[in-house]
Amino acid sequence: MTDQLRRFFHRVRSFFRHAEQDRDLDAEMSAHLELAIEENLERGLSALEARRQALVRFGGQQQSRESHREARGLPLLETLLQDLRFALRMLRKSPGFTAIAVLTLALGIGANTALFSLINGVLLNPLPFPNANRIAVMFQDKPNFPKGSISYPNFLDWRQDNRCFESIAGYRGADGTIRGVGEPEEVRAQRVSATFFSILGVQPILGRSFTDEEDRRGANPTVILSEGLWKRKFGSDQNILGKAVNVGGAARTVIGVVPMSFRLNVQNFRTADLYEPIGQDEDEKFHRRDSFWGTNAIGVLKPGVTFAQAREDMKRVNSGLATTYPDIDADIKANLIPLKEEIVGEIRPVLLVLFGAVGFVLLIACVNVANLLLARSTGRRREFSIRVALGAGQAQILRQLLTESVVLALLGGALGLILANWGTSAALAAVPRSVPRAEDIGLDPRVLLFTLVVSVGVGILFGLVPALKISGVDVGASLKDAGRAISMYRSRTQAVFVVGEMAMALVLLIGAGLMIRTLAYLWGRNPGFDPHNVLSFGIDPPPSLAAQSPDAIRAELRELHRVIRSTPGVEHISLHWGAHPMQGDDEVGFWPEGQPQPARQADYASTLEYVIEPGYLQTMGIPLLRGRFISDADDERSERVAVIDNSFAQKYFPGRDPIGKRVMIFDFDADSSERTWIAFTIVGVVGHVNQFGLADDAIQPLQAQMYRSLMQGSDLFTKNAAQGLTVFVRFHSSLSPQAFFETIRSALLAHNGQIIASGNESEEEIVAHSIASQRFSMVLLGVFAALALLLASVGIYGVLSYLVGQRRQEIGVRMALGAKGVDVLRLVLGDGARMTLIGIGIGVVVALILTRSMASMLYGVAPGDPLTFAIVALFLSGVALLACYIPARRASRVDPVVALRYE
Amino acid sequence: MPESKLDLLQGTLDLMVLQTLAAMGRLHGYGIARRIEQVSGDAVLLNQGTIYASLVRLQQRGWISAEWGTSTNNRKAKFYSITRRGRKQLSEDAAYWQRLADVMGRVLALPEGSNNK
Repeated sequence: MTDQLRRFFHRVRSFFRHAEQDRDLDAEMSAHLELAIEENLERGLSALEARRQALVRFGGQQQSRESHREARGLPLLETLLQDLRFALRMLRKSPGFTAIAVLTLALGIGANTALFSLINGVLLNPLPFPNANRIAVMFQDKPNFPKGSISYPNFLDWRQDNRCFESIAGYRGADGTIRGVGEPEEVRAQRVSATFFSILGVQPILGRSFTDEEDRRGANPTVILSEGLWKRKFGSDQNILGKAVNVGGAARTVIGVVPMSFRLNVQNFRTADLYEPIGQDEDEKFHRRDSFWGTNAIGVLKPGVTFAQAREDMKRVNSGLATTYPDIDADIKANLIPLKEEIVGEIRPVLLVLFGAVGFVLLIACVNVANLLLARSTGRRREFSIRVALGAGQAQILRQLLTESVVLALLGGALGLILANWGTSAALAAVPRSVPRAEDIGLDPRVLLFTLVVSVGVGILFGLVPALKISGVDVGASLKDAGRAISMYRSRTQAVFVVGEMAMALVLLIGAGLMIRTLAYLWGRNPGFDPHNVLSFGIDPPPSLAAQSPDAIRAELRELHRVIRSTPGVEHISLHWGAHPMQGDDEVGFWPEGQPQPARQADYASTLEYVIEPGYLQTMGIPLLRGRFISDADDERSERVAVIDNSFAQKYFPGRDPIGKRVMIFDFDADSSERTWIAFTIVGVVGHVNQFGLADDAIQPLQAQMYRSLMQGSDLFTKNAAQGLTVFVRFHSSLSPQAFFETIRSALLAHNGQIIASGNESEEEIVAHSIASQRFSMVLLGVFAALALLLASVGIYGVLSYLVGQRRQEIGVRMALGAKGVDVLRLVLGDGARMTLIGIGIGVVVALILTRSMASMLYGVAPGDPLTFAIVALFLSGVALLACYIPARRASRVDPVVALRYE
Repeated sequence: MPESKLDLLQGTLDLMVLQTLAAMGRLHGYGIARRIEQVSGDAVLLNQGTIYASLVRLQQRGWISAEWGTSTNNRKAKFYSITRRGRKQLSEDAAYWQRLADVMGRVLALPEGSNNK
């Protein structure tokens, strides 16, 4: 064994001291010959004869050198290097061919690398949490919301009664206004349970997490900052711990800083700038079991406990709650979703479909390069015949050809990597918010390995067919006739290639076509409001406002309205609280007056609730269908009124006129915090608004929508509103939405320096984001299909040109015998059309099967949509015939005299 | 005449080289080749040049060592000598070949048709 090792070591050393050892051997060999000659001379031979005999006895010097090298070095590696050098020389000799082949492969490999880096970053890479596969995102499964919030007392009981979780933590949004440090501003804030960070395995970089003692009402108010906020707002103050910061109008002591690397984005939780203990929430409503206010939760399972076991356990916990609180928790259900599923579950099928599609692009690229190689092989047949005649074996030639194709593929892969790196960020930037975990996407070792493996595999794949054909060439025949005759077999291979390309291009085009129709359908869908030139943003009045009387609060809200309204360019404005179309949901329980009040909480009807001002209708451009909208007269002194949408009307007043009917709406009494029910009279019906996005609105069970006046809220509601509202503005201005927002912001600041206005977004952006994943699929499928179309057209063009070149003489003969240019044109176009049509036929069948996997991505169009299929097939035929026309016309202009003389 | 010469079996040349060096001591490549030809009575088909692949193989295994020196008639040449490990290897290989040759001899000595009834 050590013997083998020593020998290998020597071989490696020899490999690197090639020249030196060759010189050494040459010196030794010439010494050998001189010794032999000398001896021969001594034996009395003539000088000439002495030398001749010495040479004869020595044998082939070159052979000796070769066998010496083989014995001492690494012959396999040396051959490989030699093949590589030769391959590079051959590729350099035909730069045009090399450039086209490398570029084609770069597009194919690059597209695949880009998509794989998405899949790698989003689906394959583990989540950056140590116990990620034991973490569940927990919801309360409610009639309208399978992923509904959990009332805090129920959450506490879940936490206490379960046997399968190591720990459960709640989380909920919070008021993130910071005052007293620099300019007042609103940052992202979350309330979390004490165990929240330990469940996720996040270690504070300074200080500590919350304790259980802090996580309850009346405890010392504390806050944890994110590293980002700590750096930006507090200048990385090392002595920040123990200092007080004014958050949401109250002083909170900083007890820790969590690292920037902590990132999480699930329903109702986005990585925040600061965190407060959830149990400290002073709002009485939050601590009520029958509250619509609630918390979301994550939990980490005990080791070895499965999700199925946990679900069973939660059923047991909930049946206990149903017995104890029959009026509230009668049908309570827990919905446990694995964390990774919650984060990437929706995008997974999309990415897999795209990955399949991009595989076709690569196959088409391979076929094109294989075709190029086949065409080129005609010119190289003599070269290989000569090499075979000189003693090269078939295996050697095969190896040489495969080396060339793998080198091409590796060059393509290297270029593809650059394209992929650029393309991935371009795709993500083109459609923001379309892919979760976008920050985890990049080129890592796994992606590089993927590219390498794909490149080598592809090089062998497209190189093998041409290589096998050439290396099996009949030496005598091709030396004799210099490759003039067309091998029927070879052109049939090319025809098969073209048919395959056409079929694959058709599949991709149909996929893209279906996505385009989906997008057209979604864009054409009326969202129920007009998002153009509408801006929304949040305002946080000074904290002192909430402490004032309801009348004073209402007076200040009217003042804010006036300030914004008088900003030049503002056409309509509404302050707003509650559900925000495509942005945030807010539901409220009710029952129609005249029916018996339901006994159990789960039996109340639900409606989305929009608390607005009269200007909302015009600001959002919602059509009024019946009656009237809320007016300025509907204020705190007048009868409470509501406006409903047509879904509400159809569901709860089918066939009856809802106007004048009353509904009892859930509220809390300001003094006792007890539940109350307040009657609202319906005065109008408006059009339905797509609350849940262009794509998903129809499948949501909660459709009923109700508007009521901001000025008619209960006192408790008014106090809540004083802590922060949204503003909707319809504007007409040459300024960008961002710049326009800044003018409003300065107007508000001029009115009161403590007001914070932030989080501005144009409604158009919000609508676009609601179909981000469809847009993302369409953009990528569109790019892939365009690539496929381009490559396939180039492919059919190239093959026809080649065939025309090969059949020049035949065409010449035909024309000499009387064929017209048109006949030749028809002949060549016929060839092209045949390949195209067969390809399209196959493609249609394949597409019918494959597009089924896209069903979940499509809206308003079926996977086998005949119209899309027909248009795409026609389009592809048209492009293909166009590509055929150029070689066909060239063929029709062949001059018989020239063609027949041509050798 | 060419067909009467013996084609060398794989590995036999290495053994011959080792034995030659063991018997003759320090020798250059030409000397080794000549010696093998002489001992075999010119019965071995040996292109002298092939000896160098064998020499480098033996050298890499550490069975022989090499150094440049001067021949008796004052020529620069590379001289080879067998190492201790080489001698050990030689005794093993020689024993093996001896046994193989014995067995082959006995097998080939079986009279033809001895199995006939």
